[in-house]
Amino acid sequence: MKAPILEIRGLGKSYRLGAGRLGNSLREALVESFSSFGRRDAGAETLWALRDVSLAIAAGEAVGVIGRNGAGKSTLLKILSRITEPTEGELELWGRVASLLEVGTGFHPELTGRENIYLNGTILGMRRREIDRRFDEIVAFAEVERFVDTPVKRYSSGMYVRLAFAVAAHLEPEILVVDEVLAVGDAAFQKKCLGKMSDIASGGRTVLFVSHNMAAVQRLCTRAVLLEHGRLVADGTPRDVVARYLREEGRPRYEAATRSGKPQVLWAELRDPQDRPLARPLSTDPFVLTLGYLVPEGWRGARVGIGVLSTDGVPIFTSDSRDAGVEAPGASGEYVARVSVPADLLLAGEFHLSTCLWDEGEIFDWQEPALTFAIEPGPSPLYQETTRRKGFVHVPCAWRIGAA
Amino acid sequence: MSQGADHHLLIRPSGGRSRLDLQELWRYRDLLLVLTWREISIRYKQTLLGGAWAILQPLLSMVVFSIFLGRLAGLPSDGIPYPVFSYLGLLPWTYFANAVSRSGASLVGNANLISKVYFPRILIPLASVLSAFVDFLLSCVVLVGVMAWYHVAPDPLRSLWLVPLSLLVAILATGVGMGLSALNVQYRDVQHAVPFLMQLWMYATPVVYPASLVPERYRTLFALNPMAGITEAYRAAPLGRAVDMHSLLVSCAVVVVLFALGLWRFQRTERVFADVV
Repeated sequence: MKAPILEIRGLGKSYRLGAGRLGNSLREALVESFSSFGRRDAGAETLWALRDVSLAIAAGEAVGVIGRNGAGKSTLLKILSRITEPTEGELELWGRVASLLEVGTGFHPELTGRENIYLNGTILGMRRREIDRRFDEIVAFAEVERFVDTPVKRYSSGMYVRLAFAVAAHLEPEILVVDEVLAVGDAAFQKKCLGKMSDIASGGRTVLFVSHNMAAVQRLCTRAVLLEHGRLVADGTPRDVVARYLREEGRPRYEAATRSGKPQVLWAELRDPQDRPLARPLSTDPFVLTLGYLVPEGWRGARVGIGVLSTDGVPIFTSDSRDAGVEAPGASGEYVARVSVPADLLLAGEFHLSTCLWDEGEIFDWQEPALTFAIEPGPSPLYQETTRRKGFVHVPCAWRIGAA
Repeated sequence: MSQGADHHLLIRPSGGRSRLDLQELWRYRDLLLVLTWREISIRYKQTLLGGAWAILQPLLSMVVFSIFLGRLAGLPSDGIPYPVFSYLGLLPWTYFANAVSRSGASLVGNANLISKVYFPRILIPLASVLSAFVDFLLSCVVLVGVMAWYHVAPDPLRSLWLVPLSLLVAILATGVGMGLSALNVQYRDVQHAVPFLMQLWMYATPVVYPASLVPERYRTLFALNPMAGITEAYRAAPLGRAVDMHSLLVSCAVVVVLFALGLWRFQRTERVFADVV
């Protein structure tokens, strides 16, 4: 491995909850200092937002930082960008850091686009001469040529994001830190930003990218790390780390609360083809809707069916075992039904799963929805421009276009 | 960037210690100018009179004080026309008061910036003091007009005193402003107290009355107010009178102490700004 451009050793950050130092009025502080006399910090709870994180990143790497909300991603980026200090451990950098933690940081609504470019650029550590040199490039990238002398309060939110990203991207930092800002711009600009970020990475500089967009992380990054409860729990190729995240993160599962005495579904969850629990399948991978059901003594079995619905309840498809020519066991007992859904069938998005057990003329158990699951956009041309396609399923249409 | 390799940085818990990184401040000098310019340009956007407000403030105060204190109350003015007398006092005072109240509120006012991006925090109160300085320069121009109007001829050589004196006011305002802005981050009480503090401070300063009015036994106490010595010198120098070196030296010493205190207070809270603000 090349010499690191960024090295994190045992980094940790704690916040004290309910401690007097966070009080916003002098009176509170005085009351606090008297009431806590002799038992300093009693009742103050320490919350570790980040703990014991070690990581070395080399120049030219594009690292995706993933994890659920509150896992410590933002805290890590804040320490990296020197906005807040670590409580323990240390961090060594060999280069300039430009961080884009929120769109339009330092933009002032009353100032014009031109003025804000200078303001934002110098805040990010650029010299005025540097900005002079790259001014036209920034304006062109942001596509705001006609509005450069208009106060940014009259900008659309898209223009705002474009300008903010353009300034940061043209700073030419050795390390670019980007936090989820791309969620705001339109699809075409998101693509442009991702393109710019991969240019930056392939140009030998380093990108740290925090995102919930698993497709973007997989497409852009050469490496990914997973944070969980402030700790770094996985570090590897984006594909592996994303897969692990999707296995763990917010795993949807249905469990029957009571026993009805009739045939019933006891539990339902998503699994991968290796029968491991899965939280969120990628659209490009097959997954298995797995349900366990019980046929009590004295019942002669039941037919099993599932339905996949849009979140507003519109059925997208239904399937039952007979469709596939499989006969459900006709005796009492506990069974597991595995329903494989092929890859590239459902588009990324949220879906409901409904389950049903019935026999001729009687429905024993019908859960609608039993659970809600999300399909993540996978690395597919379908999501190159946007993470949301219209519709629910992907139909592999054949296309031919020729001269008329 | 060509200087990329020079940007080595080690971030670790500071444990409350922090020192002023002058090298870094120098690297960010453009930001100081841009922030200052931003304050000036925003302050007068969407105002009818724009930059004229900078000179109207001391000018109108002069008119009011001349009528009520000069004419009606008949305050002595050391043999100078009262308007000239009070304008010379109001000049450094208005600058000081504006600089302190702006920089005192500056950190909280820029909370969104502080919590989103790193740069030397000290630039924020500094930019406030600098932006007030631009107003001050404009009102200095008016001084020439006021003196001409009342046929008071300035002493050109002694007037040079105004340069170091103004610098002294700026340093004092920076120190007090830094301290107050840091306190304000933790205790929002500060922003309510500052206007009152500035009003009290003005009455403890010979702005609208001559220092000769202060009884002899209170003079030592009086001299501890650095603005007292500075204001007196401010008035004496352009009129060709002798500057009271003794009280000016006391002022200098107090300025140094207040600046150090302000800087210390600022740096002590600097590292937690983003967590608290």
